[in-house]
Amino acid sequence: MLADAWLVAAKDLKVEWRARIIINQVAPFTLLIVVLFGLALDADPETLRNTAPGLFWVAVLLITLLAVQRGAAIETSDGAQERILLSDLDPAAVFLGKALALLVQLLALEVLLGVAIVVLFDVSVGDPLLMVVSALAASVGIAAAGTIYGVLAVGLGVRETLLPILLLPVLAPVLISATRTFGDAFDRVDADGWAWLGMLAMFGVIYMVSGLLAYGVLLEET
Amino acid sequence: MSSVGAASPQTAQAADYSVSSRGTRLLGVFILVSVPVLLLFAFVFTEADDTMEDAVRLLYIHVPVAVLTYVAFSLTAVGSVAYLWKRSRWWDTVAHAAAEVGVVFCGLTLVTGSIWGRPTWNTWWEWGDVRLVTTLVLFLVFVGYLAFRSVPAEPETRAKRAAVIGIIGAINIPIVNRSVEWWENNTLHQQSSLTDGQLEDLTLFTWFLGTVVLGAIFVWLLITRFRLAWLEEEIDRHGLVTALEERRAESHVGVEAAVGGSVVGGFQDNPGGPQ
Repeated sequence: MLADAWLVAAKDLKVEWRARIIINQVAPFTLLIVVLFGLALDADPETLRNTAPGLFWVAVLLITLLAVQRGAAIETSDGAQERILLSDLDPAAVFLGKALALLVQLLALEVLLGVAIVVLFDVSVGDPLLMVVSALAASVGIAAAGTIYGVLAVGLGVRETLLPILLLPVLAPVLISATRTFGDAFDRVDADGWAWLGMLAMFGVIYMVSGLLAYGVLLEET
Repeated sequence: MSSVGAASPQTAQAADYSVSSRGTRLLGVFILVSVPVLLLFAFVFTEADDTMEDAVRLLYIHVPVAVLTYVAFSLTAVGSVAYLWKRSRWWDTVAHAAAEVGVVFCGLTLVTGSIWGRPTWNTWWEWGDVRLVTTLVLFLVFVGYLAFRSVPAEPETRAKRAAVIGIIGAINIPIVNRSVEWWENNTLHQQSSLTDGQLEDLTLFTWFLGTVVLGAIFVWLLITRFRLAWLEEEIDRHGLVTALEERRAESHVGVEAAVGGSVVGGFQDNPGGPQ
């Protein structure tokens, strides 16, 4: 199953690398969000530093929407999903592969976003390890949930408007937990970031398992 | 419901295209009588609370509505699981109807809670309160569920995907609750007004009455919404069949006109013969 999953992930990433939608469009959008937050909030560095953890994760949720839309678009164009079904791959492997591809893209964008926030908002990172580990854990959960909801709206003609209302409320626990871990890593809040990491890991596991179980039902006859 | 397929379209319309039955009509009468009684108890017979004052009267509605919200969304989760297991339209319709009534009750929970919070906590909204924030996220999750259900789609596809959304939405409830609980460790919410022994008997009775009355309203709405959803899909399914029958009847009339009365006579003489 892992070999099949890797096949699907490599396929998605290869399509992305050739089309360069994420690099040419979503990455600049990521920087744009940081600039917009800076303009909207205040020129006061202290305000920006205090809100940086929350802004980082709100920005991640926004770029997740774009990345998920893009992933679903790859899957629906030219009847790609039917070919996947015909290939007789295990739906769980397809889910795992698509989630992995989304995870890689999200992590790349988060690196860019992190650098932008640290430089433009003048944030000092007190605990880099916590920051990296929690970003990884949160992104696993986001990628799993995003992959499930990405396929839900396929073929209904309303994907762009339906996805945010379905996906964002479900990701509320990730936003809360990841903001806390980053707040701790940036020395901005008095919270135990490592305890919050447990919440992120639990979310990731639950959504990974849900996806592995549910993807077969969602793929059939879509 | 099952007679729709067997009866002719005309009799089916008369017999089944209604969302009420003897049971729901009786329940409706009970609701109409009991709501004024509840209002009498809530506003006239019971006293204002020592600390909460008149705001306590809101709790006769707020608490039952909040409990019924969770009942509704649990029912959606049960219906969703049962649908994926049995693949029966009945369970899918149960999940749909429960979610719709649940969103209404969830909205009422938020509104009554907010109105109650203004005099009691001196604020319309408190981000530090676990149940408040959890309920709001829950509301948004199931608004998304209903948004999905309203999208035109092939019924089986929609039912399957809605079931997954319903189940994940329910799984999400404890996670949201835990995360919000950790998020702000202080909660303003009343922990257990029911069990702290400060309530008078009449207050407790009114609370009980409120639960019964709102429970009856909940059941009435649920059954009525279920029947309506069922009939909606019935129309979708039978719409094409009925249209085809009508079209065939038209062409039959056309044949009669062209060939003359003998054809009709022939059919009437041999009802069991080939047509």
